[in-house]
Amino acid sequence: MRFASYFEIPRISSNAYKVWQRNKDVFMKDIKLNFLPPFLEPILYLIALGFGLGRFVESIDGVPYAQFIAPALISISVMYASFFECSYGSYVRMYYQKTFDAIIATPLTIEEVIAGEMLWGATRSMINATVMIPVIALFGLIDLRYSLLIIPFAFLGGLLFAAIGMCFTAVTPNIMSINYPVLLFITPMFLFSGTFFPLSALPQIIQYFAVAFLPLTHVVNVIRSLGYGILELSLLFDVVWIIIVCAILFVLSINMMKKRLVV
Amino acid sequence: MFGFLGPNGAGKTTTMRMIQCISPVTAGSLEIFGMDVSDHQREIKSLMGVVPQENNLDMDFTVYENLMVYSRYFDIPKEEAEERVEELLDFVQLTDKKDTMTESLSGGMKRRLILARSLVNRPRLLILDEPTVGLDPQARHLIWDRLRLLQKNGVTVVLTSHYLDEVEKLCDRLVVMDNGDILVEGSPSDVIEKYVGSGIVEAENDPQLLECLNEREASYEVIGDLVHIYTDDPKQITDYLTMECSITKFSARPATLEDVFLRLTGRRLRE
Repeated sequence: MRFASYFEIPRISSNAYKVWQRNKDVFMKDIKLNFLPPFLEPILYLIALGFGLGRFVESIDGVPYAQFIAPALISISVMYASFFECSYGSYVRMYYQKTFDAIIATPLTIEEVIAGEMLWGATRSMINATVMIPVIALFGLIDLRYSLLIIPFAFLGGLLFAAIGMCFTAVTPNIMSINYPVLLFITPMFLFSGTFFPLSALPQIIQYFAVAFLPLTHVVNVIRSLGYGILELSLLFDVVWIIIVCAILFVLSINMMKKRLVV
Repeated sequence: MFGFLGPNGAGKTTTMRMIQCISPVTAGSLEIFGMDVSDHQREIKSLMGVVPQENNLDMDFTVYENLMVYSRYFDIPKEEAEERVEELLDFVQLTDKKDTMTESLSGGMKRRLILARSLVNRPRLLILDEPTVGLDPQARHLIWDRLRLLQKNGVTVVLTSHYLDEVEKLCDRLVVMDNGDILVEGSPSDVIEKYVGSGIVEAENDPQLLECLNEREASYEVIGDLVHIYTDDPKQITDYLTMECSITKFSARPATLEDVFLRLTGRRLRE
C-alpha cells in the first residue's frame, strides 16, 4: 500500500498556473541575462566543435559534423534548462527561500506548487529551444520545414527532465548532494545519448542501455530528425517513450515532494 | 484574540500548522468556521491569514511585488489587489519601501510586511506564530496596535508567543500547553488569579523565613536564592513577615502570566 501511495494521481487545478506565473515574473526581471545562455552557447559550441573539431571529422551519415551536433545542442539545452530549474532552482525556493511554505498558506496546495514548478521548468526548456533555433538557422544548420515542431516538443522533453530533477530534489539531503545525479546521470547523458557521435559507434549493449534508460537519447533522436527536415513514423516510438516516462515521473515526483514537505 | 502559550516543543506550532491545513490531523477532529480541515482546505485557507514563525517573504521580489504576487494566489482581481496593497502598505507604514527588495529590509520591516501579506485576502481568522520575535519595542508596539485595530474590525486573532507580557496585553483568552496537552484555559487575569493568586511577595531564601511560612501554611516556591510567596493579599503577608518574623528584605508585586507559565511548566530548560 505504501508503494501505491507514490503513484496516487494528484489533484491539480488551474492554480498551478499561478506558481508558473510567479516564476515567469522572476524570470522576466532578468530577461536579458536569462536569454544570453541559449543565444551564446550554441554559437560557442558550433564554432569550437562544429567548425573547429568538425574539420577533422568526416561527415556523419552524409551530414557535416556541425549540422550533426546542432540539434543535439538544442536537446542538451532542453535537458539542462528544466533539470537545473527543478533541482537546484526548486531546492533553493523550497529550502532556503521558503517560497513553497508561503504559497501553501494560501488556497494553493503543495501538489499545485510542485506541478507549477515543473511546468515552468518545461517552459524554460521551450524558451531555450525557441531562442536557439533561429541562431542555428543563421548558420544554415537546420532545415526549417519542421523546425517549429521542435518548440512544442521541447516543452514535452523539458517536462520529462523537470520531473527527473524534482524526484532528486525530493530525496536530496542537502543542496550539495544534487551534484551526484548531475555527475552520474546528467553528464553521461550529455556524452552518450547520440549527442556528439552516433550511438552506433558504441557497443551494442550500451546502445540498448541508452535507448532504455537515457531519456536524452529519445529527445536527441526526435530533434535531430526534425532538424534534418525528416518527419517519420519511427519518431512515434521516441515520443511515446517520453510521454509514458514523463507521466510516471510527474506523478511520482509530486508524491515524493508531498511526503517530504507534509509533516 | 486567543493565545497559545507553552515552552519550546509544547505543540504550539504543530497546532497552528493543523489549523492552517498544512499538517495532517492524526487523531480527533478539527473544525475551522464549522468546516473540517481535512476536506475543506481551500475554503478554509481562503478565509485565513498567516504570519509564520520564520520569515518567508519572496526574496525574488520587491515589497510591492510580494503583496501583488500573493494576492494572485487568492484570485484577487488585479485592480482590486492594487488598491488593497496600497492600503496595506500604508497600514504597516511601508509605503516608502515599496520598491525595495525584501532582502534589504530590517527585521521589523520584514515582520510588518508579513503582517500586511497575511491581510491581502481580508481574512476572518488571522494566525500569528511569534509575530514580534526579535523586534525592537517600537516595532512591537506598532504591530500590537495594528492587531488591536484588526480585532476591533471583527477579525479573530490566534497567536503564539514567548513574550508573556504581549499575550497578557493582547489576548482575551489563552491556553497554556505542554507536551501536546492543554494545562489551563481562561482569560489572562482569571488564569493568574487561579494559579498564582493576584500578588507575589519575593524574599531572600533563608531557613527562618521558610519556617515562618510553613507555620502559616502559606503557598510558596523556592527558586534558588529567592522565595516566591503566592497570595491574594500581599499586604497581609508582608505585615506578617515584618511583625512576626522580623524579616524586612522583601518586595511585593502583582503576579504576571510569566509566574503562571513557570509554575505550570516548570523551570527546567527545554530543548
